[in-house]
Amino acid sequence: MTETLVQEPGTEPVGPSRPAGEPLLVVEDLTKHFPVRSGMFGKTGLVRAVDGVSFSVRAGETLGLVGESGCGKTTTGRMLVRLLDSTSGKITFEGKDITHAKGGGLRQLRQDMQIIFQDPYASLNPRHTVGRIVAMPLQVNGINPPGGVKKRVQELLELVGLNPEHYNRYPHEFSGGQRQRIGVARALALRPKIIVADEPVSALDVSIQAQVINLLRELQRELDLAFVFIAHDLAVVRHFCQRIGVMYLGKMVEIGDRETIYERPAHPYTRALLSAVPDVTKMGASGRIRLEGDVPTPLNPPSGCRFRTRCWKAQEVCASEEPPLTVKSNGTVAACHFPEDGAIK
Amino acid sequence: MRKTDSTPELPATTTDGMGGTVALEVNSPVDAPVGEKAKAFVGRSPGQLAWLRLKRDRTAKVSAITLLVLVVIALLSPVIEKLRGIAPTQPFTDKLNDYAMPLGYAGGMNGTHWLGLEPGNGRDILMQLVYGMRTSLLIAFAAAIVASAIGVLIGIVAGYARGWLDTAINWVIDLTLAFPFLIFALAIIPIVEDNFYGERDAIPASFRVILIIATFALFSWTYTARLVRGQVIALREREFVEAARAAGANTGHILFRQLLPNIWAPILVTLSLNVPAFITTEAALAFVNIGVIEPTPDLGRMIFNSIQYVASDPWYTLWPGLTIFILVLAFNLLGDSLRDALDPKSTR
Ligand SMILES: Nc1ncnc2c1ncn2[C@@H]1O[C@H](COP(=O)(O)OP(=O)(O)O)[C@@H](O)[C@H]1O
Ligand code: SF4
Ligand SMILES: [Mg+2]
Repeated sequence: MTETLVQEPGTEPVGPSRPAGEPLLVVEDLTKHFPVRSGMFGKTGLVRAVDGVSFSVRAGETLGLVGESGCGKTTTGRMLVRLLDSTSGKITFEGKDITHAKGGGLRQLRQDMQIIFQDPYASLNPRHTVGRIVAMPLQVNGINPPGGVKKRVQELLELVGLNPEHYNRYPHEFSGGQRQRIGVARALALRPKIIVADEPVSALDVSIQAQVINLLRELQRELDLAFVFIAHDLAVVRHFCQRIGVMYLGKMVEIGDRETIYERPAHPYTRALLSAVPDVTKMGASGRIRLEGDVPTPLNPPSGCRFRTRCWKAQEVCASEEPPLTVKSNGTVAACHFPEDGAIK
Repeated sequence: MRKTDSTPELPATTTDGMGGTVALEVNSPVDAPVGEKAKAFVGRSPGQLAWLRLKRDRTAKVSAITLLVLVVIALLSPVIEKLRGIAPTQPFTDKLNDYAMPLGYAGGMNGTHWLGLEPGNGRDILMQLVYGMRTSLLIAFAAAIVASAIGVLIGIVAGYARGWLDTAINWVIDLTLAFPFLIFALAIIPIVEDNFYGERDAIPASFRVILIIATFALFSWTYTARLVRGQVIALREREFVEAARAAGANTGHILFRQLLPNIWAPILVTLSLNVPAFITTEAALAFVNIGVIEPTPDLGRMIFNSIQYVASDPWYTLWPGLTIFILVLAFNLLGDSLRDALDPKSTR
């Protein structure tokens, strides 16, 4: 299904315009602190939702961001597409600092970066037809594609595996999986270079998850899209992402290529997450790691290593010194004083 | 053949191009089943669904037809005047007795004056009623529309703005709600008129009508504004709004293209319930002498004038009273039906 894809001949420069290997998106020390009021007297606290996260994504590359609910994945994703302003840190896209992009620069940027949302029900305007929803990005940017908006919308619907004749229908007439496809079509309308997918399948039935992930994978390859794919467990990103970053309580704790993360991760938290993946069969029932206790609140994170309250390897130094992100013997970059070594049992 | 949402999806196992196969299973050949309800309503917008529900509602039907008839009569009042050859202000004093009461039975009802004559000045009650209904409906509709427009605009801005602007608007709303309407109207209407006209000038009836509409609108936008503000606050964090922002939409697009279509329903309901409220309030203004001025016919003033004759000629009170009662009841019933039909719970 490549012939009538997004890339129409003659409308886009052929071939990559950027030198291979140069990162498309670079994130340095990104933080987001939400001031919150608590208590009767309006004591203000600071939710450290994202607290110094760095990573980069190359053109056409897929990066997975994984961590338990509340660790700051959505906040990070929204900062990337500039739906949220960061508290500090720097975001560079194609060599340009976009951390504080405004006005026309931001509009241009928004054509290159798009987002797919988690909730297929809240993410589509219930009063708009599918055609209007998918055409919205074209409309707000004043783009009139060759052949007209309707033709383009129908192409996009077809591209995501929906019946192009359904452009006049309303979201309530579609199932969750179909709605998520509509969201994908909308994200593709502007031909972005990178898509942030915030748990795009978490709200769907397991059988439908696979279909939507397969669709995203096909699109990713055919359109040479870069992806930041957010998920709350390691199962979903397994076949989608070339590199994976694991987050815990606003921090990146380990980042590395897929094989290493799945076979011999250095960080205890990555190992714990991995043992929750059903088909990592090498781990017998005995080898399964059950995390004790709850995730601490980002209002008042633990000193030193944030994972120490639940880590079975924690020592005194873990409470007093924050482990720096360094290259570990397995090849990943991880933040741990006592990294694990060797393949998972 | 390209795949569509009704043809089988991708095969259950696809190589991922990175050495593995997709382990997640594909059980159903088709995407999640479309619910029974959705199937039955294929191709219908939420608005069309509400319309279907409204059409099935018998109360709504009866009230709507009643209102339609009354509104058409009111709009056609000049035509009715031509057909009957009787002007609303035409005095038939020759048909009154020495005590200025209409001759004949039941307030002077007969083949020429179907609803009789006004005691005192001998005007035809039917023509006064038809034109009076036109005045009442004009004031009520105009005030309701202006109030809704102001309320929607201010409510949307307040809901989307957050921060000091929201606080300021809320403060103005609270202040407006705290004002006793009738006392304010009593104070403001003479003051404004004094500003425009001298003591000796006759104040044109149209000026008073505009003043009444403005006073109603000035006091009633707050309800709509509150409602719209609440709706916008509930909707502004929704992901479809974020999607529009992420695509580069400006605030105008987000407010009027994304949010407004989702809050039409409650706006329509308040508007339809504001109309009957304004009809009764407008009628009450006649009793405190700030209603519509002669010679413009007005239902409220008719009732006010009729009170002094109620013992000798109750028919004079009955007709305008009944008209207002039917108008208000029909509008309220229709407004309630509209609310039920537009209930967002059943449209999602
Ligand atoms: N607008 C906000 N105000 C205050 N706290 C917030 C806000 N948004 C997110 N948070 C907090 O930030 C943390 C990270 O949230 P989020 O990024 O949604 O996590 P995730 O997507 O990984 O589940 C959570 O503790 C959440 O409660
Ligand atoms: S630094 Fe210490 S507490 Fe943190 S993960 Fe490593 S061993 Fe566990
Ligand atoms: Mg999230």
